[in-house]
Amino acid sequence: MIMDRQEIIDELKKVLAPYTEDKELLDGINEQTNLITDLKINSANLVDIIIDAESKYNIEIDLDSAEKMINVGSCIDVIVEKMNLKM
Amino acid sequence: MNHRVVITGLGVVSPNGVGVRDFLHSIQNGVSGIKFIPEYERLNFNCQVTGMPPFEWNQLKNYISEVSFNGLKAIGIGYGIKAALDAWTDAGNNIISEEPHWETGCVFGNSVGDSEVIKNAIARIDAGEAKKIGSRVVEQFMNSGVTAYISGRLGLGNRVITNSAACATGTQAILMGYEYIKQGLAKRMLVGSTEHIDTYIFGTFDSMRILARKFNHLPEQASRPMSATACGFVPGSGSGALVLEQLDYALERNATIYAEIVGGASNSGGQRFGGTMTAPGSKGIIKCIAEAIGNSNISAKSIDLICGHLTATAADPLEIQNWGEALDRKDDNFPLINSLKSMIGHCLSAAGSIEAVAAVLQIVHQFVHPNINLEDPDPEILKMINTNKLPTTMVKKEINIVAKANFGFGDINTCIIFSKYNDNG
Repeated sequence: MIMDRQEIIDELKKVLAPYTEDKELLDGINEQTNLITDLKINSANLVDIIIDAESKYNIEIDLDSAEKMINVGSCIDVIVEKMNLKM
Repeated sequence: MNHRVVITGLGVVSPNGVGVRDFLHSIQNGVSGIKFIPEYERLNFNCQVTGMPPFEWNQLKNYISEVSFNGLKAIGIGYGIKAALDAWTDAGNNIISEEPHWETGCVFGNSVGDSEVIKNAIARIDAGEAKKIGSRVVEQFMNSGVTAYISGRLGLGNRVITNSAACATGTQAILMGYEYIKQGLAKRMLVGSTEHIDTYIFGTFDSMRILARKFNHLPEQASRPMSATACGFVPGSGSGALVLEQLDYALERNATIYAEIVGGASNSGGQRFGGTMTAPGSKGIIKCIAEAIGNSNISAKSIDLICGHLTATAADPLEIQNWGEALDRKDDNFPLINSLKSMIGHCLSAAGSIEAVAAVLQIVHQFVHPNINLEDPDPEILKMINTNKLPTTMVKKEINIVAKANFGFGDINTCIIFSKYNDNG
């Protein structure tokens, strides 16, 4: 399955939803949105987001890649990279 | 420095009522919360009944943030949050504050972290999938999880402690909170305890052959403290919470005062002279009750009601004998005595806090709740006290002083003296 970046953002919103209180802000995210400073996600929950993303996209995200997932854009970069690895 | 300590808030999650209003109705009317659990039959347990609160899990969305709720699986923590936050708002406090409440602390107890959560983590780790466990598991299997959830939600900034003393946990938590305020270390303490007996905890107690096994098809009759046909205790789950407050602080903010704690004591029999890991020793118990009465500056004669530990095991007659010796009262001179466990079973770490909420309600509403399943009092008990000291229907009566005690595995004893609040001391 090939997804474009906008499709991944839409899917990513569902992954992030359980971890942020501000649904309006979540609705309006773009590639620059920072998970911790903008979406106010507890940094401990980044671990859970990565586990959920692995299961949603059926990929494995190694620790080095996970450290890059700071804003929405870098999350998409990592997800696309790992999905491409599978193809 | 010796401050008076009053109770200004109550919260409860009990097998026979969630919330103070339902709980009060149940204890006044002798409503049992014990039910047969088909799963226990399948698991070959000897005892197949338990007291499980009719708890609607989704209501916790009104108590904690959505993010916090989404990852919460530990049921005992859920009970504790509900009871503690209900007590907090019952005392007239808001849940939101920017600054921590530096003057307010928390002592909340439990037996173990959530064993279902622990089991899932163990399965993941054994399968080589530790990295899939996520960030929300440790906070739910650490024993201080419940205290951390409560104090974090309310911003409690004084000492925050998780205690554990088996069946004495709840009364011990209340006593510790009382002592901190009395000594001037805190102005308010949110105290209580929680217990969720899942199949794993239940099974380990069942294996000790100390649970009631003869009433599996008559669950409401299974918990029979002080009865000749008592055959072991019935485990129960739930949570109780109280807001304790320095009297002056409560008066300053015009809080409703339910009752006063005038004294209490906690000790251990040292597992000597008949005390063991599982059995309480009389010497320690009598000393504990006498010390509580002594530091309360009340006379043993003034005790109107004993809310006993009384679990429905062979230890019940011995407990009556210990109270009799400690108070130097017997026969018709013995106070009224009841056991909430007849209705809800033995809630282990939560027993003391739920039973303390019941004790305070009996002072507030001036009644003595019935002992259900006590149509056949143990003849050994009737040699020490008169039958009319064992009410089987609600008694409306002036209740000024209540003695409440619990005794836990490890030979730990705790006794608290509650009094009707009297503004001239």
